[in-house]
Amino acid sequence: MAKKLISPVYVVSDNIDTDQIIPAQYLTLVPTIPDEYEKLGSYAMAGLPNDLYPHDFIKPGTMKTEYKIVIAGKNFGCGSSREHAPIALGAAGVDVIVAESYARIFFRNSVATGELYPYEAQERLIDTVKIGDIATIDFDGDTIEINGQTHQLKPMGDVRPVIEAGGLFNYARKAGMISKR
Amino acid sequence: MTLTEKILARASGRSQVAAGDNVWVNADILLTHDVCGPGSIGVFKREFGQDAKVWDPNKIVIIPDHYIFTADRLSNRNVDVLREFAKEQELPYFYDVIDDPNGHWTFNVARGQVGRQHGSRYQGVCHAALPQRGHARPGEVLFGTDSHTCMAGAFGEFATGIGNTDAGFILGTGKLLLKVPETMRFYLEAELPKGVMAKDVILHVIGDIGFDGATYRAMQWEGPGASALDIDDRMTIANMAIEAGGKNGIFPADEKTFAYVNERVRENGTKSSYEPVELDTDQRFVFDRVYDLSKLEPTVAMHPNPGNRALAKALEHVRLDRAYIGSCTGGKTSDFVAFAEVVRGKRVQIETYGVPATSEVVQELKQFRLGNSPVWDVLVDAGVMMTENASCAACLGGPQDTFGRLNAPLTCISATNRNFPGRMGSKESKVYLASPYTVAASALTGRVTDPREFLS
Ligand code: SF4
Repeated sequence: MAKKLISPVYVVSDNIDTDQIIPAQYLTLVPTIPDEYEKLGSYAMAGLPNDLYPHDFIKPGTMKTEYKIVIAGKNFGCGSSREHAPIALGAAGVDVIVAESYARIFFRNSVATGELYPYEAQERLIDTVKIGDIATIDFDGDTIEINGQTHQLKPMGDVRPVIEAGGLFNYARKAGMISKR
Repeated sequence: MTLTEKILARASGRSQVAAGDNVWVNADILLTHDVCGPGSIGVFKREFGQDAKVWDPNKIVIIPDHYIFTADRLSNRNVDVLREFAKEQELPYFYDVIDDPNGHWTFNVARGQVGRQHGSRYQGVCHAALPQRGHARPGEVLFGTDSHTCMAGAFGEFATGIGNTDAGFILGTGKLLLKVPETMRFYLEAELPKGVMAKDVILHVIGDIGFDGATYRAMQWEGPGASALDIDDRMTIANMAIEAGGKNGIFPADEKTFAYVNERVRENGTKSSYEPVELDTDQRFVFDRVYDLSKLEPTVAMHPNPGNRALAKALEHVRLDRAYIGSCTGGKTSDFVAFAEVVRGKRVQIETYGVPATSEVVQELKQFRLGNSPVWDVLVDAGVMMTENASCAACLGGPQDTFGRLNAPLTCISATNRNFPGRMGSKESKVYLASPYTVAASALTGRVTDPREFLS
């Protein structure tokens, strides 16, 4: 992974639950089947109410998002345990979430799948940032720079090597916890 | 140590653990269903190989329940994937929709949603079926690919929801790396007054601590009020630990627990030995609060989240289009009996759907009587659309043709556990969560209604 990521951001509010990230009717798609993985991605964030989020996360007629960074408020990913949620975001092309806090299972699933970097912000970015602003994530310094301001992010600690390895299995293999294939 | 710490210490082969420790925990049971099972199996095969064998066939429980009674092709296929895997791995505890182990499941649209369309082994909602079929035991560790796996905490076990990747790992190894959660204690005094149910307790508490108020934590329920609750009520409460962000919810096991568990393991021939954990005197809590159950009133969680609390009596201006009773938390026999007490001899004023959690609930509702009639008939006579096909149904929306799904921007009062935007279908709909009593009273008036006026 590059040490820096530059991308326009998508911005969502507090308490974005997994039904909004990937609505239940798409859970029939099985993420380990490549075609269905791609399809899941194309429905990422499809559950956001249109009146609150008139701006498309994924442009109609395309499968991927232009926003590799999502800025969120508190309790991102609350609700169900569906791993489809971080997978849909990852499959849509998102690399990093920067939220004030996460629901436990979403955070864990992001790490286990290695699909996303779930960074925690130390301030409430969603009040000052808008959709389309360009941000730079510096993975070495654990910062996000946006609109000329640099904000420190909480280092991910223990879980970072798991994501960098590409998820739980690759990590467990590297660490010798399960046998190599 | 707290109950959760004691169980995790034992399951990780240590004498002592503390909140914050990362430990490898041995699983007693892995539960999965049709939505996350195929993906978990996919991860297992990708990582351990196409011919790999699961760590222990007797510890895997597969209960299809989510998208069953739908013409959706992928949904039906997913049940077939589970059957194929159960056959290949010789899993004894696969509760198939159909009886033919070589068949394919297809829902028959012409026969409709209401009449029974499943075989003899089919159960319905996994969290309700798991204990009924003798797979919940005090002191054990249960992992499930569903956030409401925490419901089995009602039986004094550690039970938590996980994702497909973690489940794939467990399928191969039987273990998982976990962080020991801090424990919050909810000490319940006194008993519930008439008209107030277990659902009101948990909605009240989530409103109190916020719906991320228990994130990463264990919610431990204790006290005379907790002992007075029966098993169904404890399940309702433990079920919604995740609605406060909790890792697990747990009740100490007592005589009621042992009676239930012993009967179920005997009936089903499942493993009968277990080792409960007892309450220590030196427990350390990160939060400790006393709740007087006798002071609670019928409570509602308003759109758009389960922590958005109000009293039912304060919402009588809210007009409703639909009422719904069902799900793991609200579709048990006792929930339907409570509902029937309120609507007996009356007519619902809005569309009202009833989906029993399990096939056993269907049977019981047809057997048990309220006055001279079976509970089932009381409900149907009152205008409730009941289905014999136990499942998750509209609790989580699902495919368009799902029974009871909110296919338009409707306002619904529901005995389920989640009301995030779009949870029950249309993302412009609004859902109010409430107890079966409150949902029933509201169905009779077409407005959110305090049920106490209907219960003399
Ligand atoms: S009934 Fe609802 S909450 Fe329970 S397992 Fe099914 S979808 Fe989840």
